[in-house]
Amino acid sequence: MDEALLRSLTPSVLTVLVRRGADFAAAEDAVQDALVEAVRVWPDDPPRDAKGWLVTVAWRKFLDATRADTARRRREDLVEEEPAPGPAPSVDDTLQLYFLCAHPSLTPSSAVALTLRAVGGLTTRQIAQAYLVPEATMAQRISRAKRTVSGTRLDRPGDVATVLRVLYLVFNEGYSGDLDLAAEAIRLTRQLAAVSDHPEVAGLLALMLLHHARRAARIAPDGGLVPLAEQDRGRWDTGAIAEGVRILQAALARDRLGEFQAQAAIAALHADAPTAAETDWVQIVEWYDELARLTDSPVVRLNRAVAVGEADGPRAGLAALAELDGTLPRYAAVSAYLHERAGDLRTAARLYTEAAGKATDLLERDHLTRQAARLNTRLHAGLDA
Amino acid sequence: MAKYLMLKHYRGAPCPEGFVPMDQWTPEEISAHVQYMHDFAAKLEKTGEFVDAQGLAPEGVWVRYDGEGRPPVTDGPFAETKDLIAGWMVIDVDNYERALELAGELSAAPGAGGKPIHEWLELRPFMAAPPTITE
Repeated sequence: MDEALLRSLTPSVLTVLVRRGADFAAAEDAVQDALVEAVRVWPDDPPRDAKGWLVTVAWRKFLDATRADTARRRREDLVEEEPAPGPAPSVDDTLQLYFLCAHPSLTPSSAVALTLRAVGGLTTRQIAQAYLVPEATMAQRISRAKRTVSGTRLDRPGDVATVLRVLYLVFNEGYSGDLDLAAEAIRLTRQLAAVSDHPEVAGLLALMLLHHARRAARIAPDGGLVPLAEQDRGRWDTGAIAEGVRILQAALARDRLGEFQAQAAIAALHADAPTAAETDWVQIVEWYDELARLTDSPVVRLNRAVAVGEADGPRAGLAALAELDGTLPRYAAVSAYLHERAGDLRTAARLYTEAAGKATDLLERDHLTRQAARLNTRLHAGLDA
Repeated sequence: MAKYLMLKHYRGAPCPEGFVPMDQWTPEEISAHVQYMHDFAAKLEKTGEFVDAQGLAPEGVWVRYDGEGRPPVTDGPFAETKDLIAGWMVIDVDNYERALELAGELSAAPGAGGKPIHEWLELRPFMAAPPTITE
């Protein structure tokens, strides 16, 4: 059975129910029930019209639930009334669903959970496992999120930027757990790109594809992080890179630059270099300048200092770094790298140790500790000789 | 979205002002304290922020490997060990500010005279998975 197909039908089935008058929260539950039923029934009895099957079953589930409800009056109205065919749900409905699930009244974690369930068609259990929280906690998070947006109508356009932030969060959560959140984020962004021609949607999709393409090369067999410069580029997914670049070029051609397009442009320049040494760092610095203009983020300026260090030499990189706030996350790591490039191994080793102490994830901490150990070993060997 | 550990200590945390040991409370005050903890956890389950809560017995031993074919060596408990963890609660929240807010709320559990005990809790972020996008 094609689970991807099943899940991709989720948003359109949900919008049909809402169009027919079901409230969002109840409709969403009914669609989940229908998905579960499909997983059970389809392998032996595949439907001819998958979407039609899901709509019928979800609608029946919705009526059953409503019947069990105290809202007798409303139920009778709905049962009496043959569901009005109404205007056929259009691509806009799917877009509205994205807006609703990323509604600004939701906290980021609620928006993420609701998007994965109502748009992504994932079960509460799958989402809970991906985020390493108990299923009951995730169930509450989702039902609270549904209550929060329950008064919101599906007919007002939202802000694409809020949706993109949610999808970016899902993608960036990484690869923990059985569920591949990065792949899920790509699927949802691709689906969004099909109903929205906003160039930043394309920019984010390109960014995801370009990073995802490097995934196999990013983690060493021992589980450690492999820095970009040391990755085996032969293991990069050239198909994903080509697609990312193509999508990005089409977006850039529309001349409405945004931060995701700029980030994707940087990722594309890395992807384009046959070897790390052939990276076009001058152009990357230019894109970081562009990105800094768009976002004014200190993290961007920190990354820019690394790029400046590659384009104009480590001294220039350190000078760019000196202008930044030393308490920024990863400041010590960047400083360590630039000091090593400048030949000051002793300072670099000390800074790598300091950076490891400040790391917020285990792989990064281990990577930085290994860098410090590598330099310390060299320094000791030098002293003994 | 980040997970935090709220750590309670039997020993090793700074002593709050006006500290009264639990065995000097009335039984009703102890019940009220326990109820507060339960209610707090239940509230976090409802907000979708609860991950785990556990208490630890105060007695434990130190264990270490002692070489091939030999049983592990045990030692202790050491009465002088400065830090003694009493238990924890793990939360999954949107940001650091929210974690602080919840830790403050947990520390306000009632004690003697029904007044908040102002217990010092240690708040520690979890190491996360590395982000997909780093450069």
